[in-house]
Amino acid sequence: MQSEKQSNSLSRKILQAISDASLVPFLAILTAVVLGGIIIAFVGGNPFLAYRGLIEGSFGSTKALSETAVWATPYIFAGLAVALAFKGGLFNIGAEGQLAVGAVSSALIGYALPEWLGFSLPTIIHLPLAIIAGMLMGGIWAGIVGWLKAYTGGHEVINTIMMNYIALNTTSFLLNGVMKDRSPTNVIARTPLIDESARMPAIFEGLRVHWGFVLALFVAFFIWWLLNKTTLGFEIRTVGLNPDAAQYAGINVKRTIILTMVLSGMLAGLAGSIEVTGLNYRHELGFSIGYGFDAIAIALLGKSHPLGIVLSAFLFAAMRNGATRMQFLTQMPVDLISMIQALILLFVAADAIIRYIYRIKAKGERVVLTRGWGG
Amino acid sequence: MDWKRFGFIALIIIVLFSVVVMVGQAKQPPLLIVTSMLATTIAVATPLTLGALSGVFCERSGVVNIGIEGMMLTSAFFGWLGAIYMFHIFKLPPSVSIVLGVVFAILTGALMSLLHAALSITFKVDQIIGGTVINILAVGLTGFLNRQLFFGATSVFKGSVPSSPGVLPTIHIPITELFASACGTSATCLQNVQAINRVFDQKPIAMGAVLLVFFSHYILFNTRWGLRTRAVGEHPKAADTVGINVVFMRYANVLIGGMFAGLAGAYFTIESVPSFEPLLTNGRGFISLAAMIFGNWTPIGAWAASLVFGASQALLINMQIFRDVIPPQWSFLQESYIVGLTPYILTMFILTGIIGKTTSPAADGVPYEK
Repeated sequence: MQSEKQSNSLSRKILQAISDASLVPFLAILTAVVLGGIIIAFVGGNPFLAYRGLIEGSFGSTKALSETAVWATPYIFAGLAVALAFKGGLFNIGAEGQLAVGAVSSALIGYALPEWLGFSLPTIIHLPLAIIAGMLMGGIWAGIVGWLKAYTGGHEVINTIMMNYIALNTTSFLLNGVMKDRSPTNVIARTPLIDESARMPAIFEGLRVHWGFVLALFVAFFIWWLLNKTTLGFEIRTVGLNPDAAQYAGINVKRTIILTMVLSGMLAGLAGSIEVTGLNYRHELGFSIGYGFDAIAIALLGKSHPLGIVLSAFLFAAMRNGATRMQFLTQMPVDLISMIQALILLFVAADAIIRYIYRIKAKGERVVLTRGWGG
Repeated sequence: MDWKRFGFIALIIIVLFSVVVMVGQAKQPPLLIVTSMLATTIAVATPLTLGALSGVFCERSGVVNIGIEGMMLTSAFFGWLGAIYMFHIFKLPPSVSIVLGVVFAILTGALMSLLHAALSITFKVDQIIGGTVINILAVGLTGFLNRQLFFGATSVFKGSVPSSPGVLPTIHIPITELFASACGTSATCLQNVQAINRVFDQKPIAMGAVLLVFFSHYILFNTRWGLRTRAVGEHPKAADTVGINVVFMRYANVLIGGMFAGLAGAYFTIESVPSFEPLLTNGRGFISLAAMIFGNWTPIGAWAASLVFGASQALLINMQIFRDVIPPQWSFLQESYIVGLTPYILTMFILTGIIGKTTSPAADGVPYEK
């Protein structure tokens, strides 16, 4: 009897915590959707029809659901990448670049490794190798920035952005040169198709949703476990909250900063790998435009919590996926989605606006996400 | 700015120029290469200079602004759009439309900066997040309107992008005319004078940017306004105690910064080329922040750093011009993707602080709580 009562109050507490945590994001989404509707009406569209198209296009059928999951997969990985860095007090704007170099590396291992070795590999070896290559490259790409931050104080915000442009230039160079698909009909900057042995199998026959989606959910759980149940996670969070206190407590702050960036980059690189091995079977220039910034929005909307990120990744995926149907029904350009997403981000970041509009009192202390130039 | 940093800037610029002279001398005389490269450097450094000045005003008053990129992009779009509307819908003459376009760009920058000010000063949002919101909003807004206004169902332009009324003209500084008589009958002398003249023949925003550098320096370090701006950026509490309105000073300086970013946006679509394409700012807002940091939050230092980036961009442009005379052992210079890495790698290198540590204003990025 006693224990039943306790568990009852515990579950109520958990429910309360969830509703507290999701109230502001929910209202932010609602406000952005209403404002988006006003914009649609303003430019001569029917907002109800547009949103109906959005929902039909993203959840209306098995195929639509599968496509939403396909979109959500890289969003979950990239969102986790940004969120993990946030937890460590770092702002990783470079998910875009880390994703691109990850995708290129996976593609390279995917199509060229058997050629180099001179014999073909079974899927059980080839596929993991391709994925690990992408992860490692993403980790190195972000790790450079982490090292610069830890040892020289170079600010990660600008450095990750610079690494984005370096990644873009380098992949353009490679995809137009040594790694270009040499098939006679090809004029696009893209790699050859990866071997069958490096491809991820589909979950259901005839649908594009692949095992990468399941992996994304698993990785989200893993990151939650890492952050909350391990020493490393504790160190990352402590450095994120107060590096001076962490230093005083004997945590190696420099090492933790570098590790945080490497892990964050590995997640972003994984997003690229999975896109190559699970979906496109090659890397094409410009396929990832915008994932990096969307990932920031997803991490913020999900309050850097893995479960929140999975949910917000689904929301963003649904919007991207449903946009085509919306465009078909109302002739609203797909770019409208970016507008609504930007508004969501605005209201989530500036939760003071939402609290002001809906008269909600702030609870608890402010979460420090980033610090000024001084580091 | 100390001698070490100015020395580094001079060194990089000399190296970049030497590379171009070495490659290009098979085609053109060195003096002509140097002067045309210098002219290009000053021109392409314009948005970086203005962006860095924007950052200097915001951050000297204590507001971190990484939304400069987005402010530039939005201003570039609305300046260009305004010029088109004035020209095609209101049937104004091209010159008036272009000038109004610049005004629209500056106003757009001001409006975007007001949003940033509201987020970071009034709502006390994390300023780096606030700036990121501006950047993402800018991409969404310009992408959406760029398609909707020209190709939407209710478009007045009925599915085509009309031609812009044009770009700002180059202003000729009559150096050749003044010194031509001194040359007498020497043709080489006249050619040299003409070559030097190219450096000074710039377009209005490029010229204005250079003047604004010195004007900003004067404002920040020689006026009461500048003193108050620096005071609220270093120690807002002390400034408040002596009766300076911290919130007002921060709003005003972020607004000034936004107008600078707006002018930088106008450079892209009204001075450089008469067209707009999504994402055309291409990271220059972020590079100008690096220039601001390397310039130690001073206008003249930031300008010098912007010129380094300008020179590395001019290198890329010149390598395309001299493509056919690049010697085989230097063939990597033909790869525009590789040469194009220079500004980004330079930025990261500069931020390491190897060339001397810089110090940001003490209250930079910290919301003021009374």
